Amino acid sequence: MSGFLAVLVVVLIFVVIFQIAKASEYVSILKGEKKARQQNNRINGFLLIAFLVLGLIGVYYCNELLKGKILGEAASEQGDSIDNMIMWTLYITGIVFVITQILLFWFAFKYQEREGQKAYYFPHNNKLEVIWTVIPAIALTVLVAIGLRHWFRITSEAPKDAMVVEITGKQFNWLIRYPGKDGQLGSKFYKNINDATNPVGQDWDDQLNKDDFMATEMHLVVGKPVKLIIGSRDVVHDVGLPHFRMKMDAVPGIPTTMWITPKFTTAQMKEKTGNPDFIYEIACDQMCGAGHYSMRANIVVETQEEFDAWVAKQKSQYELAHGAATPAAPQQEAAKDSTQKAVAAIID
Amino acid sequence: MSNEATLHSHQHEVTHGTVAHDDHGNGHHEHHEDSFISKYVFSMDHKMIAKQFLITGIIWAIIGAAFSVIFRLQLAFPDTSFPFLETILGHWAKGGHITPEAYYALVTMHGTILVFFVLTAGLSGTFSNLLIPLQVGARDMASPFMNMLSYWFFFLASLVMVASLFVQTGPASGGWTAYPPLSALGDASIGSKIGMDLWLTSMALFVVSQLLGGLNYISTILNMRTKGMSMTKIPLTIWSFFFTAVLGVLSFPVLLSGFILLLFDRHAGTSFYLSELFVAGKALSNEGGSAILYQHLFWFLGHPEVYIIILPAMGMVSEVLAVNSRKPIFGYLAMVGSLFAIAILAFLVWAHHMFVTGLNPFLGAFFVLLTLLIAVPSAIKVFNWLTTIWKGNIRFTPAALFGIGFVSTFISGGLTGIWLGNSSIDIHLHDTYFVIAHFHIVMGVSAFFGMFAGIYHWYPKMYSRYMNNTLGYIHFWITLVGAYCIFWPMHYEGMAGMPRRYFDYSNWESFKQFVELNKFISIVVLIVFATQLLFVFNFFYSIFKGRKLTTTNPWNATTLEWTTPIHPGHGNWPGEIPEVHRWAYDYSKDGHDFIPQTVPVSPDESKH
Repeated sequence: MSGFLAVLVVVLIFVVIFQIAKASEYVSILKGEKKARQQNNRINGFLLIAFLVLGLIGVYYCNELLKGKILGEAASEQGDSIDNMIMWTLYITGIVFVITQILLFWFAFKYQEREGQKAYYFPHNNKLEVIWTVIPAIALTVLVAIGLRHWFRITSEAPKDAMVVEITGKQFNWLIRYPGKDGQLGSKFYKNINDATNPVGQDWDDQLNKDDFMATEMHLVVGKPVKLIIGSRDVVHDVGLPHFRMKMDAVPGIPTTMWITPKFTTAQMKEKTGNPDFIYEIACDQMCGAGHYSMRANIVVETQEEFDAWVAKQKSQYELAHGAATPAAPQQEAAKDSTQKAVAAIID
Repeated sequence: MSNEATLHSHQHEVTHGTVAHDDHGNGHHEHHEDSFISKYVFSMDHKMIAKQFLITGIIWAIIGAAFSVIFRLQLAFPDTSFPFLETILGHWAKGGHITPEAYYALVTMHGTILVFFVLTAGLSGTFSNLLIPLQVGARDMASPFMNMLSYWFFFLASLVMVASLFVQTGPASGGWTAYPPLSALGDASIGSKIGMDLWLTSMALFVVSQLLGGLNYISTILNMRTKGMSMTKIPLTIWSFFFTAVLGVLSFPVLLSGFILLLFDRHAGTSFYLSELFVAGKALSNEGGSAILYQHLFWFLGHPEVYIIILPAMGMVSEVLAVNSRKPIFGYLAMVGSLFAIAILAFLVWAHHMFVTGLNPFLGAFFVLLTLLIAVPSAIKVFNWLTTIWKGNIRFTPAALFGIGFVSTFISGGLTGIWLGNSSIDIHLHDTYFVIAHFHIVMGVSAFFGMFAGIYHWYPKMYSRYMNNTLGYIHFWITLVGAYCIFWPMHYEGMAGMPRRYFDYSNWESFKQFVELNKFISIVVLIVFATQLLFVFNFFYSIFKGRKLTTTNPWNATTLEWTTPIHPGHGNWPGEIPEVHRWAYDYSKDGHDFIPQTVPVSPDESKH
């Protein structure tokens, strides 16, 4: 019923607007084309300048309203580079935006048709053309230069001492694998995949795989560079890290990498943001199917001691696959199984 | 050429037709023996084909926009039930909540429809057809038959796409870019079942339509200009249609090849794009393909495509601003040169859509450089438009207002392109709402504004009547303010890293702060959508009831289309095609308000 009423109201508004529009057309015919045009011109000229003023105020107001919601300071060193780049670009494009919009609406208002006013025949001027070719070219060269410096630094090889974590996308969650004590990830092959015991398809004959463990939460050490080895089991996903300002596609068959250096622990961020529920989130940023919007994993950034304590509690996937009679999903085991941890340590 | 002969024989009939009917002129007079079918359906008259493209485009635009209204309702009110959705969508919206599958299908169709069917076919299809023969002084296209086929292939593509909306597993739902493996595997997404095959078939037909049209536009512009109409005398509209057609002819075949490989992967067991996949509980046998290959093929069209959309709008806005400022377009040659530069660069920047796919960073650097280079010709165009209205005597017709609105949104959206084209910023903003804001403003809103400017300006030529001015003003102001209210705040959502194509954000600690903003945006969407319906009403109402045109040249413009009769027949000019003596922009020269292109240059005229 309310839907019907809403439609009725909209239709009524339409009818009213249409009647006004029709009437105003008759009036303008009666007044004569020229007079009607002058009147329309005055109204629209005024609206153009009003739009400019209110629009610029609106841009300012929108910024005041929303600037607090855009995640604050970057939480990685790479993110600082990107924020710095954004700042420079914002200054340059912001200035151009304000100047050109003011010119556009001011000219439109100022040079609206008036009785006796003549347009100025001004077909071309090479000097002007050169000026507004060269100035943008210089500004853009500066932006390209700064941008590429950041780009090459961000995409450079990860430092040698970086921690390595593998993250694999699948519809619709993330599989996270740590290399274990040896610091090296074992080999894998997609035909070994078995959702119950071997979600990424580790090759059990590879000795390097014996100590690799899986996790549902990514734990990182504050201030320590981490290199992510990114892959996908099925469709293209993307590891999006909004607080760290980083992102990289997960492409099936083609591993990709990225590295970051987290600046703040989760606890520090809770304090900084004043949000006790604060959490670093991994968001899938590449359309991957019906569950795309829920493809999330959390990151915990902590101190080295906390991290070591966490690692000590983890159990290798090899053991989960072979040790237990009824293999369960790794996360449940990892979370609370501390009795078997001792056994794992002995076997290792 | 047999074609010429046909047209000349038509010309005589036209002459009689026009004379006989001018006094009760209503509708479009062609040959007497024209049946309804050959006049309105399988017409070979470029003006009728233009109207066919336009009206089909308008219908598609309503469908595409309505889809966005539905998914905006979901984004704003994820917890509210809308029973009418269940009425329309059935089990895709059980209990009045759309399902994620339906949401993604709507998003995908919205993109496909708007990018290809509305802003490519509806925009350049309409105005290239209408204006190329009229403004270069030709009786019709180089091949009217191919031109007719171009429309009917588009129509077929439309039918197939509409059909895909009604199949049981739903239409394609992997995004308008249709990245494999998602689009290749029915097991990965319900929309990648039969809906995806129909999508690919429809797009293949669409590519055929574009090629038939594009080749025609190019050959008409190059070969069929009237006497005196050298390439430096053609209006900027024609230059923009020319470059648009060249872009389309060179890039659409690449898209088609990409789609054919995708079809092979789907049905012939090949592995062009597929490698090492474990889907729906089993490992597939495909190895060695590259999902990234598809992205290269797609964006090799995909990027020129955005210029295919925006160049015609640029051309028409140049024309509309010059006419209504009563001033020559400033820097004609620079305008042509910048169009040319944009057309060339359009082919050299596609990988800026792929900065975060694992692209070699060194290669990425070249794409950054070339991408930001495009800002230079774009800046030249903006400054030239500003100088065109400077010291003019501007008449704010609805067309002129949309022209000004175009420049405003082109600046706003173009500047954020400088953000995204710089790869280091793109790492953060890629696939977020910032991208949505950027391309909707620069190629969605701007292109629509260019299209509206074109429709309001050339409506008298199409239907020999005017559209209602007051409705035009209401349409412009609500759309301009609404467009900024919708897309401007999205930049902030993008700065927070809020990803595109999410069905629901309420479970995300990082993005849920935008709930209220999303409501605001969706409410504005409803208002703007209703306003577009007002425009559609104005358009169709004015075809039958609009104020009649009483003069051949209502805007006092210099170009050739306004030298044709009020009701031009097939063949456009009843007598000989007029000869051209000057460029299209002699406004306010030597004390004359305007000097048509057909007026010979007098010896005492000032030079420029």
